[in-house]
Amino acid sequence: MFKALADPTRRTILDELTRQNGQTLFEICGRLTTTHGLGSSRQAISQHLDVLEAAGLVETRREGRYKFHYINTSPLQYIVERWPHRPAGPKRP
Amino acid sequence: MRINLTSVFVNDQERALRFYTDILGFEKKHDVPLGEDRWLTVVSPKDPEGTNLLLEPSSHPAVKPFREALVADGIPFASFDVDDVKAEYDRLRGLGVRFTQEPVEMGPVVTAVLDDTCGNLIQIAQRPL
Repeated sequence: MFKALADPTRRTILDELTRQNGQTLFEICGRLTTTHGLGSSRQAISQHLDVLEAAGLVETRREGRYKFHYINTSPLQYIVERWPHRPAGPKRP
Repeated sequence: MRINLTSVFVNDQERALRFYTDILGFEKKHDVPLGEDRWLTVVSPKDPEGTNLLLEPSSHPAVKPFREALVADGIPFASFDVDDVKAEYDRLRGLGVRFTQEPVEMGPVVTAVLDDTCGNLIQIAQRPL
């Protein structure tokens, strides 16, 4: 999962799926190109999606003849549980 | 050189003609019987002397795997200009058309992608004025 998150293009894909969930590969490629100026090939984006899917951060669902991609942030819960939020401190008196 | 004719593969020419005319709003231009099939083209009512769109039979074995792969990834086969993508999206949705991509600003253009019910995805695009 950390490897999946380490790549900026993959983080951007997750950003775009947060803005609009359930996108085709074509739509994801279009958004990355036009709103982020990422010139990655469709094949490269497809491979990024495979990595995200293997990490459980993206799920694909077939609806009829189309395939849509959905974000799943539940694996990220592990990070919060391992390093729960603590305010910085101790503070000086 | 200019583009006189382009084509989409359709599963059923009669059904395609109804979708492209009744739903999308094109007009029939040529309809010539050719054995089992027809030389069947439509044009835009805004440009009746413009580019013909041929509704071409999809019976060749190469078409099915090609089109299935495109559709699975959401890739449109053709793109048509409209004045207002959002208005057209609402109108077509009202007629029961299925979209795989809602209207989205893609840089300077707004696009959406619909299923033509004949085996293809079609993009509609609104270019900046």
